[in-house]
Amino acid sequence: MSGRIDERPALRDGSPDTPDGPYVVELRDVTKMYGGRVQALRGVNLAIGAGELVAIVGPSGSGKSTMLHMIGTLDRPSGGTVRIAGHDVAGLSDRELSALRARHLGFVFQKFHLSPGTSALDNVADGLLYAGVPLRVRRERAAAALERVGLGHRLGHRPEQMSGGEQQRVAVARAVAGDPPLLLADEPTGNLDSAAGAEVLRVLRDLHAAGTTIAVITHDMEIAEWCPRRVRVRDGRIVNDEGSGHRPPAEITIGARE
Amino acid sequence: MTRRLVPARLGPADVLRVGAAGLRTRPTRVFLSALGIAIGIATMIAVIGISSSSREQLLRQLDRLGTNMLTVSAGHTLFGDTSQLPTGAVAMVKRIGPVSTAAATGTVDATVRRTNLIPKAVTGGIAVQAATTDLLTALEGSVTKGTWLNAATERQPAVVLGSVAAKRLGVDRTGVRVWIGNRWFTVIGVLGPMPLAPEIERSALVGFPVAAERLGFDGHPTTIYERSAEESVEAVRSVLPRTVNPENPEEVEVSRPSDALAARAAAAGAFTNLLLGLGGVALLVGGVGVANTMVISVLERRKEIGLRRSLGATRGQVRIQFLTESLLLSALGGVAGSVLGALATVGYALSQGWPPVVPPWAIAGAVGATLVVGTVAGLYPAMRAARLSPTVALAT
Ligand SMILES: Nc1ncnc2c1ncn2[C@@H]1O[C@H](COP(=O)(O)OP(=O)(O)OP(=O)(O)O)[C@@H](O)[C@H]1O
Ligand SMILES: [Mg+2]
Repeated sequence: MSGRIDERPALRDGSPDTPDGPYVVELRDVTKMYGGRVQALRGVNLAIGAGELVAIVGPSGSGKSTMLHMIGTLDRPSGGTVRIAGHDVAGLSDRELSALRARHLGFVFQKFHLSPGTSALDNVADGLLYAGVPLRVRRERAAAALERVGLGHRLGHRPEQMSGGEQQRVAVARAVAGDPPLLLADEPTGNLDSAAGAEVLRVLRDLHAAGTTIAVITHDMEIAEWCPRRVRVRDGRIVNDEGSGHRPPAEITIGARE
Repeated sequence: MTRRLVPARLGPADVLRVGAAGLRTRPTRVFLSALGIAIGIATMIAVIGISSSSREQLLRQLDRLGTNMLTVSAGHTLFGDTSQLPTGAVAMVKRIGPVSTAAATGTVDATVRRTNLIPKAVTGGIAVQAATTDLLTALEGSVTKGTWLNAATERQPAVVLGSVAAKRLGVDRTGVRVWIGNRWFTVIGVLGPMPLAPEIERSALVGFPVAAERLGFDGHPTTIYERSAEESVEAVRSVLPRTVNPENPEEVEVSRPSDALAARAAAAGAFTNLLLGLGGVALLVGGVGVANTMVISVLERRKEIGLRRSLGATRGQVRIQFLTESLLLSALGGVAGSVLGALATVGYALSQGWPPVVPPWAIAGAVGATLVVGTVAGLYPAMRAARLSPTVALAT
């Protein structure tokens, strides 16, 4: 299946009652106004199928983070429809949105947001707190998730004892410990040097290979080129959407170059 | 495919863990704001504890002294003159069935001085009284030095001093002589404290016969001390006036000295209200401190709140987290304050020779107060935390 919007008839004329199974993310004519004046999104249409790896790129202030907040149900659109994992966000209460985030979504931010003085294991285990997982199981899954991001030997380390790359991998582990079908990353390598950034990309590549749907916001053109599908945003609109998110990403050459 | 979305419930253990997590990383601030609560609670516990200990002391004293003693004294005639008890009054009282002991004192118109060189007017507030030999038994008193009057010494120029009288006269041993009326009397004994008869503590006591013979005493008793079985006290009380003075029963005054002690015991808690109020103000200030700490905590931890919301925390769960934190903070102060207050009570009571008492209801009240303070202080900050938009929280 191609990633281009015009090749997705479901977006154009599918009735809202029909859950579009294959799509994890569907934005339809989504607009977002801030304070009644700033038009951050001006009618965005985007569909992301299960298992895609998508880069969202665009200049600063173009609305990338706003779009991610819409997809992540952290905020509601001013207009249009947002469907995540088949749920129309407009019809969900705050409690239901919270449950949606707890079960279906994982977030990675530019800042790692780890709690200081707490071991990597407990930082990751806390990611499962709101999914109703008992403490012992949380710790087991956290250990497994840290293993996945290559930090199996750092379980007891506190954030301040780890490098930026390691901290971001802990944050990724926290986001994926509950196996969410959708992982959203806003500039995950923005605070890292290219070697550390490459480590994080390898983790994303492995997650993608294992079937997780991933959307990555990035400024970095190299990372954008690395992703099999690229969505270009400018002035609150999608201006270009190319490649297929289902293909494996390119080889990671970024860290090796320096 | 579309399952209903219901947020998971946090178990009590997780609620506590999350609430305590915020405290663990800021020990200094936690200590200082819990201290405010602790001071308020400690003040209240100590005030209640100390007054309870003092009351307990009075009640135990009352228990020891007994409440079965009545005193009979001469009152006033219809015309306002001081009346007299008949000379045979003690014998009459002893004849009342339930009465076990009865004794009398009679005021002697004389003064007691250390030497005859001291002017008559300088009495030091000490009364000279004639006493029957069974007075000590009736009062259940004791001598700290020497002996009490007996059948022989009540006829001789011998005197037993009340504890206060001995101190005022500067007499600290027996065998010394004091000047009573216009002759020397030898001190043969000093009495211990008499909480039920403080007037005896301030008296120099001589025998009835010697008082009549050498000091011009007319033989009329002034006060009769009587003890009976506890359950008959009221019955005895009602017949006493007529027994003592059949002609003019209305001129007789009967009183129960233990009533004064009982009243003091009952009043022991009353004066503490002001101090209790002060403790309440301290607690209030402590509560404001906790609220302040919580507001700052919420401001500082916006990112954490945003993160938790992104991890799936509901508004309610964020609210509970900060409410729990506030409750833990003030409970910490409450526990520390209760311990401090109890220690202060024990320390003060022991230094006063009182039995230390910290009433369980005071501890229960302290726990209740800290819970209320913690909830009220945490409510506003918790609401603010819950209202925070996740995107704004994460952006800062
Ligand atoms: N909370 C807000 N209130 C008001 N305006 C906002 C808010 N958040 C974003 N904006 C505005 O909306 C527009 C899009 O912002 P957004 O953060 O989505 O851009 P971005 O593409 O992520 O930029 P960057 O690459 O710098 O992160 C900008 O003009 C921004 O100033
Ligand atoms: Mg951004």
